[in-house]
Amino acid sequence: MSIIEKVQYIWPEIAMFIATCVVMVLGLSPSLAIRRLCSPVCGAALVIAGLLAVMGPDTAPAALPHLMPYAKVIVAGVGLLLLLLLAGTVDREEESLIATGRARFNPLRTNRAEFYAFFLFSLTGVMLCASASDLIWLFLALELTSLPTYIMVTVSTRGRSHEAGVKYFFLGALGAATFLYGFAMLYGGTGTTDLSGIRQHFAEHGINSIAMLGLLLSVLGIGFKIAAVPMHFYTPDVYEGAAAPVSAFLAFVPKTAGFLAIMLIASLPGWGYGPVAGADGVIRDGLGAGASLPEALRLTLWVMAALTMTVGNVLALWQNSVKRILAYSSIAHSGYMLVGIIAGPVGERFIDNGLAAVLFYLLAYGVMNVGTFAVLACLEKSGGAALQSGARSTGLETGATTEIETVDDLRGLCRTHPAMGWTMVLCSLSLLGFPPLLGFMGKFPLFTAGIAAGEIPLVIVLGINSAIAAFYYLRLVAAPLLEDPSPASPPATPTPFPARPMAALLSAASVLILVGFAGVLMKQSAKAGETVVSPGHTAGRGASDGVAAWNP
Amino acid sequence: MFLYLTILLPLIAALAVVLRPARAAKPIALAGTLIPLAVVGYLFAVFNWDQSAAFQFSTADDVWLYSAAPGIGALGFHLSVGVDSVALLLIGMTALLGPICVLGSYSAITERVKSYYAWLLVLQAAMTGVFAARDLLLFYICFEFTLIPMWVLISVYGSTNRRKAGLRFFLYTFTGSMIALAGLVYVVWYFYSTTGRWTLDIGVLEAAARMMSPAEQGWVLLALLCGFGVKVPLFPVHTWLPLAHTEAPAAGSVILAAVLLKLGTYGIYRFVLPFVPVAVHEYSGAIAVLCIIGILYAGLICWVQTDIKKLIAYSSVAHLGFCVLGLVAINGAGLSGSVLYMLNHGLSTGALFLLIGMMYERYHTRSMKELGGLAARMPVWATFMVFFVMASVGLPGLNGFISEFLCILGAFQAGGAAWWGGVAGATALPGGTWGALGPWYGFAAATGVIVAAMYLLYMLGRICWGPLAEPHGHGGAGPVSDRPEGGAAGHLPTDLSAREIGILLPLAVLCLGIGVYPAPLLRALEDPVARTVRIVREANGAGGSGGGSALRADTTAPREDLMSARRADLPGGRP
Repeated sequence: MSIIEKVQYIWPEIAMFIATCVVMVLGLSPSLAIRRLCSPVCGAALVIAGLLAVMGPDTAPAALPHLMPYAKVIVAGVGLLLLLLLAGTVDREEESLIATGRARFNPLRTNRAEFYAFFLFSLTGVMLCASASDLIWLFLALELTSLPTYIMVTVSTRGRSHEAGVKYFFLGALGAATFLYGFAMLYGGTGTTDLSGIRQHFAEHGINSIAMLGLLLSVLGIGFKIAAVPMHFYTPDVYEGAAAPVSAFLAFVPKTAGFLAIMLIASLPGWGYGPVAGADGVIRDGLGAGASLPEALRLTLWVMAALTMTVGNVLALWQNSVKRILAYSSIAHSGYMLVGIIAGPVGERFIDNGLAAVLFYLLAYGVMNVGTFAVLACLEKSGGAALQSGARSTGLETGATTEIETVDDLRGLCRTHPAMGWTMVLCSLSLLGFPPLLGFMGKFPLFTAGIAAGEIPLVIVLGINSAIAAFYYLRLVAAPLLEDPSPASPPATPTPFPARPMAALLSAASVLILVGFAGVLMKQSAKAGETVVSPGHTAGRGASDGVAAWNP
Repeated sequence: MFLYLTILLPLIAALAVVLRPARAAKPIALAGTLIPLAVVGYLFAVFNWDQSAAFQFSTADDVWLYSAAPGIGALGFHLSVGVDSVALLLIGMTALLGPICVLGSYSAITERVKSYYAWLLVLQAAMTGVFAARDLLLFYICFEFTLIPMWVLISVYGSTNRRKAGLRFFLYTFTGSMIALAGLVYVVWYFYSTTGRWTLDIGVLEAAARMMSPAEQGWVLLALLCGFGVKVPLFPVHTWLPLAHTEAPAAGSVILAAVLLKLGTYGIYRFVLPFVPVAVHEYSGAIAVLCIIGILYAGLICWVQTDIKKLIAYSSVAHLGFCVLGLVAINGAGLSGSVLYMLNHGLSTGALFLLIGMMYERYHTRSMKELGGLAARMPVWATFMVFFVMASVGLPGLNGFISEFLCILGAFQAGGAAWWGGVAGATALPGGTWGALGPWYGFAAATGVIVAAMYLLYMLGRICWGPLAEPHGHGGAGPVSDRPEGGAAGHLPTDLSAREIGILLPLAVLCLGIGVYPAPLLRALEDPVARTVRIVREANGAGGSGGGSALRADTTAPREDLMSARRADLPGGRP
């Protein structure tokens, strides 16, 4: 497919790119009214991109032919929530100085233009991941997602965010190097960077060891984007260092890009492998002999999934900062979703297609995750660094307000700030996977897909981890719901940005209301998760006499 | 339609409690439990008791309702409900306890009143939903959703150690039910992989699940027991219960003992027995041993308790041991006894927790060391106490006796043609004399009855009779209400008020009624119990004398055909 043909698939991205350029200019205007247009323009771009994605071609010649519209729409949808949440993240002090006449507008000292532009850039990157048909394209898309986030983290607050940004950048570079190396090996092993070319090569010639190494390195490297073990170390520090809206952004956007990329990488060999006894009696992987990934890849992902869930959940137990809890829980959720990737498209219904389950879970996770971070973003404490327990805060924050941070700060929220408190309660319960909230509707198909693929031990690990998670999510529920407001700490006050509570309330409402529309969404995600490399297709192609019946 | 109302009305009332001012909370909550009680009464009246094994008021009967009821097509999820006599009786008990719990909390709850009654009503709806559900996911959702309200009730309105108790309650149950979910989903998937049809309808799944291989059944049994066994609670996983009971407010304890524990036994009755009959039969001995350990061990712990509430809590562990013992005996006597036990334990233990709550409101202690001779101070209270303790011990003539007797009788009967078969009119019981356990199990369990008598009567003797002892600052010459300092209980009379007598009286009448004339209940349970026994017996190939057509009617294809169909279909991924 030439790049010209490709254009018809990327109109949403093009629209976003145009909006990015516009925002970059608008944000530098000396007039406040024009500067304020940044956010609405971003919102309009997201709406337009979403509409273009819906109206665009439904089917693409790719491994997951219907992936693009669904992926782009959920990115645009959750992107809108994130946009509301990002209101006022940068330039708060500068703008107040300018408003009171104590300073003049200086484009060099403000970040608004860059911030919103990078926001759109990053989302464009995610959309491009869904459209990727080539390894180089995929690499560029992944980097387009990540590079802006490094800047966004760094400019989001005055204190710890610099450290967080640098850490994020270096580890991100390590991850990128790893999967780039993997991509190079895939090219070395197959002679092409075209995804469908590689898929064909695998189907015809099998997977040679260089290509297999390439697959494994790619998955490990992309593990950084989804915060999977062993590339998870940055998560708590970076989430804690960045401002809450940006942390919410980090928890959803790179993760979505990463999962889209892993889906594409995993669909190169496809889910049609199983053990076959060769002529010499040695049991090897055979295409068409089963319904799982090649054994090496499956095993790697299996270990990653089990460790990611367990490490994330267990380490979250000891945290006291809400952001760190959410960071570790974000690691754990990646582990849950990896179960869906391992299961793969066992069948073509929603309930036995692991990819569909992952795609649905991404949406659910995006919504409920924004809700929890939004509560942190909506409330602040006056007093600044003096009151902060963290020793790493710098003097720059003195006198300013700080975000609420610890679980104690959430105490009694249901009574002092009912909307925020109940948002926290609902979204935490949903993250826990408590029925009948959206998170449960997301986790249930992961269970069914895992069992359908015969990965029962992994499903048990998933179940036990969900139970471990109850311990720390319950703290997030108990503090606002059960406790009395803490007399020791100063009361939290709402931040002066009305868009943020709107994001919180929208997420909380979605956690409830989307359950009612879950049927529709699941139908869409089932369609998006359809793949041409499901066992059904490969079985027809590669079936041989030695193929045993699949007996999970 | 009316079945939906029993779930919806408490939810609507909960919403109303939240929206209206605090002083309206009590009347709204009372109405929100009394109206569903009336609806349940109507359901009892129109229920076709001759066909008590059939699921009635089912959503599936009503085409309009079935299509209108919201569901999630992609998951095969339907809000479908329906009850047989077992479920209806348990719903009846739940509905009856609703207003009793609301009335019982009038004087005990003085702070955060609105949220208390709102959560109580939500809990009521969720519990009713568990018994009414005919959809696996609906069952699971309701089963899980009982956790949150109960957790809040314990953690906010409990006594000193409430946070720890609430947390432990939540974590134990939640962990168990996550594993149970995996087991249930496996059953659903098994059905899908053999027939190519995805359904969450419990009735359909029931027929298919039995055809799993014994090994598969064993694992599913283990998974389900993780969920339901924690809730019951069975012996090694019972440690959350005494703490939760002790710390919970009185009404919370009542609901916990009377209904929430029954969710576990009901789960075993509804899912474990018909879903994995081969495995249950295989492992019934092991489960029975756990029950007997629970009965004896918890009984001995009770004996050394000084905290009255803890004593009753541990006695619940022992009682529920009998209940599960009857279930795994898998014969007519055991199962009818067990289902009857679920009701009886709810009535008598619920009443005991209410009585202890009333005493606690007056004396602010639950320690036997500080109390004694209360029969002199509170004769009415003591009368009720004696009555319900007797019901709990199993005094013939009261309700506890008949169910305990049937459970033990069920455990006694072993094998197909046991010498024990003709004794005690057992042949007249539905399901006949075939049993999974044996005389030794019955014998061991029966010793538990003696232990129960010892600790309950000992407790009764200490607090009701002997020299009068009241905690410091609560006794003295005059009645409690005359004390100038009054305290929180200052408005309460020395003995029970009319409201308190009013909530205990219906329970007492029912206890006496069931004890004297249990025949109608047993007759109502006959069909569903016989059906369950038949399912298990046929799955184990143990004789098919009579009524053997049910299983064959349930399953359209013999096992071999299904298995081969499954092998042929699955590599294609699209059966």
